[in-house]
This record gives sequence, structure tokens and C-alpha cells, in this order.
Amino acid sequence: MKTEPIAVLGAGVMGVGITTLLAGHGLPVRLVDNDPVKLAQAPGRIRRELRMAQLMGVLPPGREEGEVSLHGDLSAVRGARVVIEAITENADLKTAVLADVSALVPPATPLVSNTSSIPIDELADAVRHPADLIGTHFMNPPALIGTTEVIRGVRTGEATLEAVRGLLREVGRRPVVVRDAPGFVTSRLLHPMINDAARVVQEGTASAEDVDALMQGCLGHPTGPLRTADLIGIDNLVDSLWVLLKRTGDEGCRPCDLLLQKVADGHHGRKTGQGFYEYEESTR
Amino acid sequence: MTVPTDQPMEVQAAILTFVEARTRTSWDPGADIFATGGLSSLFAMELVVHLEKTFGISIGGADMRLENFRTVDSMVGLVTRLGGNVSA
Ligand SMILES: NC(=O)c1ccc[n+]([C@@H]2O[C@H](COP(=O)([O-])OP(=O)(O)OC[C@H]3O[C@@H](n4cnc5c(N)ncnc54)[C@H](O)[C@@H]3O)[C@@H](O)[C@H]2O)c1
Repeated sequence: MKTEPIAVLGAGVMGVGITTLLAGHGLPVRLVDNDPVKLAQAPGRIRRELRMAQLMGVLPPGREEGEVSLHGDLSAVRGARVVIEAITENADLKTAVLADVSALVPPATPLVSNTSSIPIDELADAVRHPADLIGTHFMNPPALIGTTEVIRGVRTGEATLEAVRGLLREVGRRPVVVRDAPGFVTSRLLHPMINDAARVVQEGTASAEDVDALMQGCLGHPTGPLRTADLIGIDNLVDSLWVLLKRTGDEGCRPCDLLLQKVADGHHGRKTGQGFYEYEESTR
Repeated sequence: MTVPTDQPMEVQAAILTFVEARTRTSWDPGADIFATGGLSSLFAMELVVHLEKTFGISIGGADMRLENFRTVDSMVGLVTRLGGNVSA
């Protein structure tokens, strides 16, 4: 069983990052995306992220990389040991894809959603065996972040939780298991904070550089909230804030005008070369 | 850009200019540019790609270690060791 590939759905920021983590630890991956452009870009991005992981000394030395194959069609999930869903943060898209996947794999295949904010139990309605569905919240870049939030839905089975713990152990991540809720722990805290940081810039109190410098230098935030927004992808951040607003009613989660403007302008952060900061082509 | 790597002083000046422009800080060639915090793995990767392009070298295997990029001098050492007068 151990040698069966892991299917990763979505070859965006996170799909590429999760594939890097898995392949860098020697596990074979089938990467699936319905956008041929994203699929075509994936090998170069994975190569770059693997190099960065190597540079930072976070991959097990001397281990052969797992093979990565690219697929345009969901049928590639057949025979996968685990399916990790990392498509766009949109509940309708995710439920449609998870429903299709659950019809293609046998029961007891762990279905893992990397959603930032959608409650796992809400997604569980779409699958044939809700006990097989669980959330993991890998963060960007997964190979460099040692801790992974794991979300146990009310219907998530013990066997699924154990399988995911086992997988995380194989790739050297430390799981922290939490209960299901909109945004779980990390997005519930981080996303409104980043929204506020953007609002501070919008109101002219300080520049993005100065907000980040203060959060890093005085409060110990590792990268600063606005550099983090760029790393996440501002389009994804806004999607996630809408998910949170709709499910919590917390007005602090309503995306501020500056974030909405950046999405409208196509300034989605590192992945498009511009967000709160500018990025060299070579390091996107 | 073509920078002959048999002239370490020019290599040093070229690297220093790039690092100072990207960090908006001036650096002593021996200073650890990652020690004071704030500089990320992304910046480290940017350095790798920049050195490869500017000096026409390819950095891989055991050379892909953060230690090689910590100071301007350690980068000069790496480039000098790997380089011919190659342009990219
Ligand atoms: N970006 C982050 O830092 C981050 C961190 C943690 C969790 N997440 C979550 O991970 C998920 C992915 O986020 P991302 O930032 O990688 O988004 P992204 O926009 O970079 O990538 C999403 C990818 O999904 C693909 N896709 C959409 N619908 C599809 C379908 N039906 N079948 C196959 N592929 C499809 C798109 O083509 C795109 O390539 C989201 O749920 C997001 O909230 C993101």
C-alpha cells in the first residue's frame, strides 16, 4: 500500500507546494488540474520549490525524489493511496470535485481537503463516506513549515485520522488536531489580522513595509502580515475571507477595499509578480 | 550581464550591489545577511538564481546550502570556485 501514489488535486500554489513536500520525501504523486496552463507550469514550479527546500536543508538527505505525474482528468485518483484536494477556495467547486472523487475511489481511501476556511463537515455532505473526509491545513510553503493543522470533522473516522497522522509522520510534519469550525484555528486568527493590516495601509497609517517591519520587529511575526498575504495569494485570501464572513457573521472578515482592488487589478501577490510587494520572475 | 569570475573584487562588487539593492541596506562583505532576521528563504532562492544567471554557473548538489549564501564573501567564494568567465 505504501508505494501507491498520492493524488493531489489542484496545481496552484498549494498543490505545487504539497507535491514538493511529498516528492521531496520520496513519495510518488499524481498531480491533477483542469487548467492545462497550470499543469504545464507545475514541473518548473515544483523543481524551484524542491531547490529551495534543499537550500534550506529541510529535505531528508540522500532520499530519492518521488515521481510526479501530471493529469488533466480526475480519473487519475483511481488507485491512489490518499487524495489531497487543494483546488480553488470555493465550496461549490470543492463539493463537486469531492463528490466525483468519492465515486472513483474505494471506501476507506482518506480524502483530505486543504481548505483554508470551509468547515469539513459542510464538505462531508458531498462524499459517499463522510468518515473518510478530513482537513489538513498545509501552509505555504509546506516543505518549510513543520507544523500542520489537522481538522477532524464530526463525522471524520478514527481510521482516517490515523492514516493522516501516519502520512504526516512520513513527511516529517507535526500535526495539531483541532475541532471543525469556519477557519479552524489558523485562518480564523490570521485572515482577519491580515485584513486589518491591509486596512491600516488603506487608511494611510503606514506603508506595507512599515506594517510588516513593526509586526516582525516588535511582535515576532516571522514574515509580516502583508508579505504573508502575497505568499498566500491575495485572490485566495479574499475568497477565504468571504467564506469566513458568510459563516461567522464577523464583520472583521469582510475583505477591505484595498484587498479587493488588488484582486481586481490582478495583483495577486508573489504568484503574479506583484501584490503588496514586487517579485522577480525567477523566484515566483 | 557578463562578469569575469577570475576577478574576485569585481565579483564582490557585483554581488554587493545586488544584495544592497534588494535589501535596501548596506552590508559589510563579511556580515551574515540572514542573521538579523526578516530575510526569507525566498530571498535566499533569489540569490541562487541571480548568481546562476549573472555568472553563468549552475549551483547544485552539496553547494545548495544556505551557508554558501550567508555573506557576500561566501557567495564570492562559491562563484569563484564554480565559475569560468561565462556569461548568461
Ligand atoms: N495559498 C495558501 O497559502 C493556502 C494555504 C493553506 C490553504 N490554502 C487552500 O488551499 C486551496 C488551494 O489554494 P491555492 O492557493 O493553491 O489556490 P490557487 O488558486 O493557486 O490554485 C487552485 C488550483 O485549483 C485548480 N482547480 C480549480 N478547480 C478545479 C477542478 N475542478 N479540478 C481540478 N483543478 C481545479 C485551478 O486551476 C488552480 O490551479 C484552497 O482551498 C486554499 O484556501 C491555501
